[in-house]
Amino acid sequence: MTAVMEEVRPVDVPVPSGRRSWRRLGDLGILGPLAFLGLFFVYPLVTTVQQSFEDRLGRPAGTIAWTRVLESAEFRNGLVTTVELAVGTTIGCLVFGTFIAIVLEFVPFPGSSVIARLTTVILAFPSFFIALSFAVLYGRVGVLSAIVRGMTGHSEVLGGFIYTRWAVLLAEITFYTPFVVRPVLAACQQVKIEQLQVAASLGARPGRVLWRVLLPELLPSIVAGGSLCLLLALNEFGIVLFIGAKGVLTLPVLIYTKGIVAFDYPSAAVLSCIQVVLSVVLYGLGRLLAARIGARRARLD
Amino acid sequence: MPEAIRFDSVCVDYGRTRALSDFTLTVDAGETVALLGPSGSGKSTALKALAGFEALAAGRVFLAGRDVTDLPPYERGLGVVVQQYALFPHMRVADNVAFGLRARHQPRAEVQRRVAEVLEMVGMSAYARRYPAELSGGQQQRVAIARALAIEPAVLLLDEPLSALDAKLRQDMIGELQALRLDLPGVAMLYVTHDQVEALSLAERIVVMHDGRVVDAGPSAALYRRPPSRFTASFLGDANLLPAVVVGPGAVRAGDLTVSCPTAGFADGDEVLLCLRPHELQVGTGWPGRLTAVQWRGASQRLSVSLDVGTDVRADVGVGQDLPDVGQPISIGPVDGAGVLVPTEAAAEAEAVPS
Repeated sequence: MTAVMEEVRPVDVPVPSGRRSWRRLGDLGILGPLAFLGLFFVYPLVTTVQQSFEDRLGRPAGTIAWTRVLESAEFRNGLVTTVELAVGTTIGCLVFGTFIAIVLEFVPFPGSSVIARLTTVILAFPSFFIALSFAVLYGRVGVLSAIVRGMTGHSEVLGGFIYTRWAVLLAEITFYTPFVVRPVLAACQQVKIEQLQVAASLGARPGRVLWRVLLPELLPSIVAGGSLCLLLALNEFGIVLFIGAKGVLTLPVLIYTKGIVAFDYPSAAVLSCIQVVLSVVLYGLGRLLAARIGARRARLD
Repeated sequence: MPEAIRFDSVCVDYGRTRALSDFTLTVDAGETVALLGPSGSGKSTALKALAGFEALAAGRVFLAGRDVTDLPPYERGLGVVVQQYALFPHMRVADNVAFGLRARHQPRAEVQRRVAEVLEMVGMSAYARRYPAELSGGQQQRVAIARALAIEPAVLLLDEPLSALDAKLRQDMIGELQALRLDLPGVAMLYVTHDQVEALSLAERIVVMHDGRVVDAGPSAALYRRPPSRFTASFLGDANLLPAVVVGPGAVRAGDLTVSCPTAGFADGDEVLLCLRPHELQVGTGWPGRLTAVQWRGASQRLSVSLDVGTDVRADVGVGQDLPDVGQPISIGPVDGAGVLVPTEAAAEAEAVPS
């Protein structure tokens, strides 16, 4: 291929001086992004890795911090909780997000277009806002508790739901579901309604049409939305911190606790490195899956 | 042949717009009926109403005498072929064709046998392992037809099945559909199209539609030869319609010319429209006018002539015909035996209103 390209390239054509200077400027232009990347991504990353091999006073300490963190029950619990919450959130978002997108597109009802637009608005909210509204709704002095108390006379019917792992999961699903709704809704809009109608005319009940015709069509966008959800849920900090559920300590919260509360920077650095690796690996897997499905779709379309 | 399809005063609304109004039609088993009309005439809506894709605002639909109005599409047992094929892109050709059989939980061996049979019927056996994207438009349409036929429907609905194909392929497919028709003697076909050639080639009866209503219906040849209305005359055959007056048995006067044509059903002095197809006009003696355009169409030329009587007409003449330059005077008249009479809109409306 290279040989062919070299053959057809007009080697003796002089490049106008104006264009040459633009090209030089273009070559220099790469320095800006490189400098930005170095300053705001590579340098902090290198510093973090470096700190993970130091003690609290900044002296080289080998793998002491790594050993301490990896052997601690706190880390193992944090890792399990983080992965559990991220996977649970992703599954929840995929189920609810896909369902909502399909309903919005194929079962239109008065106000459905407004709801479709609102999903975009929720994307712009900070995550702690959801946690805050959960507290207002489900908290001991929240709206729902007041209603339940008024109806039953009991004050503890909700059983302190807001302070449980389930509340965190529900809040994360609520916040991240629009991240699935948007791409799946866009994919739904590309599906030809005739395909679904013909499938039904061939004798397929709605469940079969959904499973055999619609979901395979939506799969690339479902995978894309799910990967994004997984990545964001894995790194979620605001919701977990604001809800403050008992015993729910994720890696991001653990990093915060170690670094800001306990001033244990080496441990925070170790946890950060693990968090980065975890994110990159999961993101890579998601991309790989999306690329495989994307390539298959490109062949089919 | 027994009745296969019956629309009984069917109305369909899209929001506040009535898309199909008081539509009544019966199609017998083994018969092909074309719903012909321009975009927005309600022909596809009628088909969707029968398939269960659109809710009826009024009326009932019947299949083989059974009222299916309230049945969902998956219980109606129809074969449906649509304009854009609607093949399932993630399934191979064989899986597309097998879809309906699997949905009906047919045994695996029966599915394989039937898929092989219908793919053979449409000449696509060699493509069973391909994906739809790997097929041409014509091949995709054949697969769509095979998929619809696989479930052995008593009724086949075809919604503009050839309109996404290029002109050459469309001609070929008309031939293939004619051959397929012979292979399916008991199947009733409802064929929606805006193309008169498809309608005339494939249908025994044509229903001409406009603005959600049936304008005319009848055997294809009769409807073409003696269009009952102005709309049908112009839509089916691109007829020229010249204002005329009946001047005696078998004679009408249009402009300064007296033309011989059947006048049965009209009285002397009736104002009528003289319907002349473009190929029924010739250059020579006739109405004076001015040649406004010439289109070369390969085997013929399409002339546009503005007659002095105030009507614009189109005429198809041979390629070797001597013609004046565009913009120059020309005389054009009917060939011997050409022309039928169509009532004017006013007369048709007066006839429609009960006295």
